Amino acid sequence: MHAEGGTLGAAAVSPAAAAHHEHRDDIGSKTGMWLFLFTELLLFGGLFIIYAVYRHKYGTEFHEAAHELNKAMGVTNTFVLLTSSLTMVLAVGALQRARVAESLRWLGATFGLACCFLVIKFLEWSAKHHHGIWPGGEHLHAMPPGEGMFFNLYFMMTGLHGIHVLVGMGVMGSIAARIRSGHVSPSRYAALEFTGLYWHLVDLVWIFLLPLFYLTN
Amino acid sequence: MHDSHTTGGHAQPAAHGDGHAGDHAAHAPVATGTFVMVWVALLALTMVTVAASVWFPGKVGIGVAMVVTPIKAALILMWFMHLKYETAVFRVMFLSAIMILALVMGLTFFDYSFR
Repeated sequence: MHAEGGTLGAAAVSPAAAAHHEHRDDIGSKTGMWLFLFTELLLFGGLFIIYAVYRHKYGTEFHEAAHELNKAMGVTNTFVLLTSSLTMVLAVGALQRARVAESLRWLGATFGLACCFLVIKFLEWSAKHHHGIWPGGEHLHAMPPGEGMFFNLYFMMTGLHGIHVLVGMGVMGSIAARIRSGHVSPSRYAALEFTGLYWHLVDLVWIFLLPLFYLTN
Repeated sequence: MHDSHTTGGHAQPAAHGDGHAGDHAAHAPVATGTFVMVWVALLALTMVTVAASVWFPGKVGIGVAMVVTPIKAALILMWFMHLKYETAVFRVMFLSAIMILALVMGLTFFDYSFR
């Protein structure tokens, strides 16, 4: 089963697929995936609404607080995540073209970039924690209400986003195993494609977090 | 873009077997160069928003971000998330989800503006 992975082309896989003549509904499952993505969109959307209301209320405090964030780290992480979205579509494209080993390499690159994102995020949060800016931290507690709200929203939204990055990495790992075992293959690549959709949504949310938190001054 | 059309058809006999089921599987994969161009555009647009926020802090910088960020989102949705290549149903579904979000946001601000 493992041997099927690397070099064999599409033609070698197809007879098996034809013999099974499995009943599957790719359009239906893709619809389901998008419906799930909409729930994610509304989950983050709720937080964006809270952000908008408090920014409306505490405009100047939000601008003051945003100076504390490290713009360079936020922008670097944007580049990292955008690049990981590219490597993800290349992984899907390679599998569609029956280049299994290449697909696994692109997926590995995406996983590595996700790690890189979290490491930068960790350094950023550590620096804030060091200055007592942390939910429950003494510095954050002593801030004026608007600035405190900015940092609470910052930790809440980037934290929830970070959890999504972790989940995405877990899914990538399991998909890589299923590609190796042949369960996800050039004739049956929907699972990898949907992992990609999820990953791009994570990227999409970050694209909005960048101007809201890092570019607000 | 059409380079793999023949191999694509060859690889998925099941797609023709059960009618609609394999329709999307029969799509020719999008050319790698297209994705690379979208990625370059996304990086460039990010630089534009960052430059605007550094050189024109305040209203102009925020205005640029408010115009450019939805363009970046559209690039990701249409190309990376394939909405451009799907049937119109997916685009309509996505727009309805965004409309619901916009409606809730609008109603919230309608409330807050008159308090």
